[in-house]
Amino acid sequence: MPIHDQSYRHYTGERRPVRSAWTVIARTGIVSFASRRAFLALMLVAWIPFIVRASQLFLASNFSQATFLVASPQTFRDFLGQQGLFVFLVTVYVGSGLIANDRRANALQLYLSKPVTRAEYILGKMSILATFLLAVTWLPALLLLALQVAFSGSFTFMTANSSLLASVTLYAFAQVIVITFGMTALSSLSRSSRFVGILFAGLLLFSDAMFNALKFITGSSAISWVSVQASLDQVGDVLFRQAPRHQTPVAVSFLVLLAVVIVSLSVLERRVRGVEVVA
Amino acid sequence: MSPESVPSPAVPVAVAPAAAAAVVELDDVSVVYGKNEALSRVTTQFPLGAVGLLGPNGAGKSTMIKALLGFVVPTRGQMQVFGLDVRHKAAAIRARIGYMPENDSHIPGMNAVTFVAYCGQLSGLPPVDAMQRAHEVLYYVGLGEARYRNVETYSTGMKQRIKLAQALVHDPDLLFLDEPTNGMDPKGRDEMLALIHDLAHAKRVNLILSSHLLPDVEHTCDHVIVMDKGRIATQGPIATLKGSGGSVFELRIKGDLPSFLDVLRSQGLDAHGTDEDVMRVLVPAGRTARDLFMMAASHKVQVRHLRPSVPTLEDVFIDAIEGGPRADS
Repeated sequence: MPIHDQSYRHYTGERRPVRSAWTVIARTGIVSFASRRAFLALMLVAWIPFIVRASQLFLASNFSQATFLVASPQTFRDFLGQQGLFVFLVTVYVGSGLIANDRRANALQLYLSKPVTRAEYILGKMSILATFLLAVTWLPALLLLALQVAFSGSFTFMTANSSLLASVTLYAFAQVIVITFGMTALSSLSRSSRFVGILFAGLLLFSDAMFNALKFITGSSAISWVSVQASLDQVGDVLFRQAPRHQTPVAVSFLVLLAVVIVSLSVLERRVRGVEVVA
Repeated sequence: MSPESVPSPAVPVAVAPAAAAAVVELDDVSVVYGKNEALSRVTTQFPLGAVGLLGPNGAGKSTMIKALLGFVVPTRGQMQVFGLDVRHKAAAIRARIGYMPENDSHIPGMNAVTFVAYCGQLSGLPPVDAMQRAHEVLYYVGLGEARYRNVETYSTGMKQRIKLAQALVHDPDLLFLDEPTNGMDPKGRDEMLALIHDLAHAKRVNLILSSHLLPDVEHTCDHVIVMDKGRIATQGPIATLKGSGGSVFELRIKGDLPSFLDVLRSQGLDAHGTDEDVMRVLVPAGRTARDLFMMAASHKVQVRHLRPSVPTLEDVFIDAIEGGPRADS
């Protein structure tokens, strides 16, 4: 009898139930990105604003000369706004190849020949991007809130701004959901992750440039609905109970973001298939 | 064991005895791509064991497999795998199926062992078991030494092997192999066929091998379903199909080969040219080689060589496609 049978053997171990495959996809994707040095460097840089803000909270809480640095809801709103650059970079780095690379390697038919539904596949892929986006928006913002309480040694700030936790959470999730849906849909449109990255940047910058041009021509910011970023800003202002920065009704900005999600779902429904049928 | 985990069957083929006659059943199935009917009211059963799905390119073989996997939805008819309806139990069926696609496909950015283990996890294996199985199947398919190489650096033959490995990692009850020897050199092709033969006959794995290459099916399968233009042309055990309907002769003549082929066909014989002046003629039961000589003499054709031949799957295939006497077997 051989010491180790290298022939084919039947498997007699456990099998997990179906419907859990998206966690495998998400976990594998997250580990894959987290093991890349360049990506880790990007994530570290993305946390520099957090360190700056944490220092601000520390100084404001411990030095009377630094009262001008004292935190307000606007501090957290501004922090999430500043993170927009890193949201963009992480989205391009992680999101552009999410489905495009699988399409290039004909991997969709492999995934969908396993007990993996299209919804699970998409959910797994989206979870990868959403996790990293939350890690540069929601997570540091929550930590800042915790640090504010820790540095001040009281819950006074939190009780005075009881809705701030909800505002931070809702805005971060709104931002992450819209961008994750949009980028995943774009990634399903091409076999080239490079093209997808350029397309995402182009769409974001073009819509913003168009808004600014129209704003300059008309002298009004009511046209802000043409820009996804401006619509996010508008909704963010309302979530933080601040005066909206544009003249567009908030409902319109919200509908724009909702439309992005619905169109993305429609694109994904058409593009994520085991076979491409060209009739 | 967690409450939701499912124990793997100790017996390789987990088909209930009542349903053991067929692992796959199609009932009046049609698949339409635009205006093109890729499958046309197909009704058939795939028995246990190794079944060849044979047909020329465009016959509907791959479409049938893709329909069974749920990639394309039939416009009519019902399909069952292991007695489960494909439309409603697709995920449960796919958990018990291994699929080796026809074209080059892999998960990008992974080495072979990670890729195969990942496929195992997607199929429901726990991570540790999936990794152990990945090593085992990679050795089995002959990629043991190359298992830490990125799959994207593999040669065509290696890519075919890794596709087989990812289809096998979770120990499926049924394997779909779509043109498994595509693009392989003769040595690699022989090795792949030996693997498939071993899986089917030594390891008792049920498999459906889709191919347009007759020798591949003849070498590995016991049963064949011949398809043409989206329909079933003929089906049955290969030995039975080859053995029925008379005897085969290899014939070389001096004269006009195409016109003599027409003469033979007009006399109800199935004949096809295989070389410049060589033809294979199927003489139905009740007629003999003497009839061939008489036909040749009456049409002033000189028979240079006549040799009894062994019926091959090619004869069955050509009969089925051209509607010869074996087509109704």
